Amino acid sequence: MAEVLVLVDHVDGAVRKPTLELLTLARRIGDPVAVHLGPGAEAAAPVLAEHGAVKVLTADAPEFADYLVVPKVDALQAAAAAVSPVAVLVASSAEGKEVAARLALRLGSGIITDATDLVAGDEGPVATQSAFAAAFTTTSRVSRGVPVITVKPNSAPVEPAAAAGTVEPLAVTFGELATGTKVVSRTPRQSTGRPELTEAAIVVSGGRGVNGAENFSVIEDLADSLGAAVGASRAAVDAGWYPHTNQVGQTGKSVSPQLYIANGISGAIQHRAGMQTSKTIVAVNKDAEAPIFDLVDYGVVGDLFQVVPQLTEEIKARKG
Amino acid sequence: MSLRIVVAVKYVPDATGDRHFADDLTTDRDAVDGLLSELDEYAVEQALQIADAADDAEITVLTVGPEDAKDALRKALSMGADKAIHVEDDALHGTDVIGTSLVLAKAIEHAGYDLVVTGMASTDGTAGVVPALLAERLGIPQVTLLSEVAVADGKVTGRRDGDAASEQLEASLPALVSVTDQSGEARYPSFKGIMAAKKKPVESLDLSDLGIDEAEVGLGGAWTAVQDVTARPPRTAGTIVKDEGEGGKQLAAYLAEQKFI
Repeated sequence: MAEVLVLVDHVDGAVRKPTLELLTLARRIGDPVAVHLGPGAEAAAPVLAEHGAVKVLTADAPEFADYLVVPKVDALQAAAAAVSPVAVLVASSAEGKEVAARLALRLGSGIITDATDLVAGDEGPVATQSAFAAAFTTTSRVSRGVPVITVKPNSAPVEPAAAAGTVEPLAVTFGELATGTKVVSRTPRQSTGRPELTEAAIVVSGGRGVNGAENFSVIEDLADSLGAAVGASRAAVDAGWYPHTNQVGQTGKSVSPQLYIANGISGAIQHRAGMQTSKTIVAVNKDAEAPIFDLVDYGVVGDLFQVVPQLTEEIKARKG
Repeated sequence: MSLRIVVAVKYVPDATGDRHFADDLTTDRDAVDGLLSELDEYAVEQALQIADAADDAEITVLTVGPEDAKDALRKALSMGADKAIHVEDDALHGTDVIGTSLVLAKAIEHAGYDLVVTGMASTDGTAGVVPALLAERLGIPQVTLLSEVAVADGKVTGRRDGDAASEQLEASLPALVSVTDQSGEARYPSFKGIMAAKKKPVESLDLSDLGIDEAEVGLGGAWTAVQDVTARPPRTAGTIVKDEGEGGKQLAAYLAEQKFI
């Protein structure tokens, strides 16, 4: 069967969930071949095999951590040359999209970004995307070269499917551009213990109505009761109440969780652009006219400082 | 020696308008008024600050798009850019990101550059891949998604705030920089700036000026094909309750019914 390259997104060998989702999608098109770059391949390989990787190509070199993006492109290009894949799948992170873009150009291939679904088609994989703040759904395919497709987290279930997962070293020759952008230092973000925003199954967000950084604990408490990630609207971020890395919207992150709970968020188009593909949408807002209520499956018109703590307590009580 | 900065910007349909696709499944540009992409305003702002910090610098703002796209250039010129390049050609209709990066790269080479500055993504297509594609085409380092940027002694340095870590980056010029909306609020054009912009040169180029074959761009030259566009079905009206003291409990009951609890 035809092989499909999947770039592994991992932290020192701990495979991140979007990669396991990619393996589910890759199996619809062919046999997944995972490409693991950097340290930790021994830890990652069994996990990749359990999720359908017939082969795991591995390469480790200081270049992957010390320089931005291009070393990974060099490696993926080498992998593409080694297996002649029918498609290349990459998670739609900021770096993933950059790696995919440069690879596509080198392969003379079209690129599709932020796919929300992927199926096999007569003329190659067909990807679903959402456009204009999710007002439209499009289907597209790559018409030239090896389809390079980046897929948004939460676009497919994680399905175990045992495969050989044969580990093979990948020979990579770094080009002149690989060392162009040096990573001088790297400060890991302090972990909040909460799930990553773009990957979380549930996102609880706060906006202008939260009215102060000190009040965000109300949002965090609700998030923690559900094991959710915390998001914020641009208004809340611009006011300095919550970090920019948690911003949901057109200029922030695009999320597509199973459940999205918007608190004190009016639902301007810029915010909707980042969350409208969520499966179930719930809002709490004291303004009954807020546009967010046009989107919701369930809405509560009321003061979030009354409703949200009561909700949190009730969830804790129900969970026992 | 003068620091030559080229800022690539996009003219996009206003996101607050009712955006549509045309019959050929490309963006319907007649449906909604256009404007300079908000995320590109940050690129113009950072270019202006880099130029201010340099002994001698010149900023060229560049766009690819229809006649109306000149509005985006005028906005950037009124903010303080020195001159503009407008690439317009009927054959460009329906060009994908790969084709757009080709046209931009040729125009940037035509302009001459030490530093290319872009926004992190357009606010219409939102793919966010053009900066990386441009760096690949130009064969220069990409220093992308920066929330802070500085240029000194032939080097560009900046901070990239990722999900897992914050990174300090460094590259030698020539290089490409893209900036996020965290890089700093963009200035409003002053009246003086608006008046001065009217006298600034705008060079118009077409594909033949850039030595690009029509077959490489447009819908026909795109390496991807949109098969189908459907308007998202309107959401069925949700349940909306007014909080009479039990709103939180009612919501919990709904979440339990949906098996989220």
